[in-house]
Amino acid sequence: MGSTTIPAGTKWWSGGKSPFNVSYGKVMMWYFLMSDAFTFGAFLISYGTIRFSVNHWADPNHVFNSFPFAGHANLPLAFVSLMTFILIFSSVTMVLAVHEGHHMNRKGVEKYMILTIIGGLGFLSCQAWEWTHLLTGEHIAMLNDGTLSVLPTTVKMNPWGEALSSSETMAALQKTSHEQLVAIANTLHHGAEGAHHAVETLTNQELINQIASNTAFHATHTGPIAFGGYFFGITGFHGFHVFSGVIINIVMYIKTKLGHFDQRGHYEMIEKAGLYWHFVDLVWVFVFLCFYLV
Amino acid sequence: MSAQHFENPEITFQPDHSGGTGKIWKIFWVLSVLTIIELALGYFLYAKHGDLGYATVLTTKCVIGILTLAKAYYIVSVFMHLGDEIRNFIMTIVVPLVLFVWFIIAFLADGNSWKNLRNTRAGSRPAEIEQVKAAPAEHSAH
Repeated sequence: MGSTTIPAGTKWWSGGKSPFNVSYGKVMMWYFLMSDAFTFGAFLISYGTIRFSVNHWADPNHVFNSFPFAGHANLPLAFVSLMTFILIFSSVTMVLAVHEGHHMNRKGVEKYMILTIIGGLGFLSCQAWEWTHLLTGEHIAMLNDGTLSVLPTTVKMNPWGEALSSSETMAALQKTSHEQLVAIANTLHHGAEGAHHAVETLTNQELINQIASNTAFHATHTGPIAFGGYFFGITGFHGFHVFSGVIINIVMYIKTKLGHFDQRGHYEMIEKAGLYWHFVDLVWVFVFLCFYLV
Repeated sequence: MSAQHFENPEITFQPDHSGGTGKIWKIFWVLSVLTIIELALGYFLYAKHGDLGYATVLTTKCVIGILTLAKAYYIVSVFMHLGDEIRNFIMTIVVPLVLFVWFIIAFLADGNSWKNLRNTRAGSRPAEIEQVKAAPAEHSAH
């Protein structure tokens, strides 16, 4: 750090210049990012506190094990790795845009800003898919009244509790209503449209036998109630930062294209947008750690 | 490709930007390799789930956390160019963030304490205290 040679005898605090050798706008961007770091930090630490306070937390390898177009294949860590590499790569193209800006190379800045914007949109698309997948997911879990139900992952409930033992599962199946048994049987028969009408005419006991003999059938307790709120809250807040970062980058691209920075004589606005964009990547590094890895 | 020149009187000197993109790509590979190691450790925890002792799991998670901090350092220092700023400025950013050390220790310990209280009922009031009779009124001058 501080590798640059500072002119000997510089009086930083005697007025007329920035004591930090940084323009006002950049200093304020840094301080904004520092305050934003505390906001994200508070969210993540609050999540950690609640996670430490319960005996069972959702296992990320079970929650996030899908990949687009891979059906029900069990692929833990795969999709989030893709998202992470998209964001790292868009950070690289951003810093390359800043580099081109230092050399007053407008074409280079334009090229790398476009790539950065594409990376940001790619990340947002991945997040949209992941949220949709969780919100529309169908997993069988035991509600508080002891009956089984088909649950998605929302801010109110989720199916990511501990697995039920086989005796608990059988007891819960016996209590479950006909309607829910039909829903469970249909969930297990995913894709087989013809099966829908067939299961509705079965008796409860026939349904229970059919469900219990299906190898894909396993039921869990409902998961920690706070999981959905923290996951959607924090990744949503981060996703909103990515979204606003993409908007800022589009504005910067248009201003570059119009030659505003050439007229101004410097590309410092690209640096400031870059600081924000790298911060988004930096936060993701910690979200990735807290929600997916550990 | 003329060099950038600031008219800004606030800036005493410009950091040296004459270098190529070699350092950027080097840091890209560093970040990628660190991420791959993290993923490998995460996958190790998944594949060995249930077979590992508490200490091994905790150690692995701590290693993943340290690798994350290393990634954060490279992003901030090189990609955000904070490493090129003067020392006073770096300190105004970094020193306040040290508060996180205490936040993390204090809040995670608190969460852990809640769990212990819940599991042992140590936080609930013993029944005999609930039933205690009101003390006879004192007649002292107080």
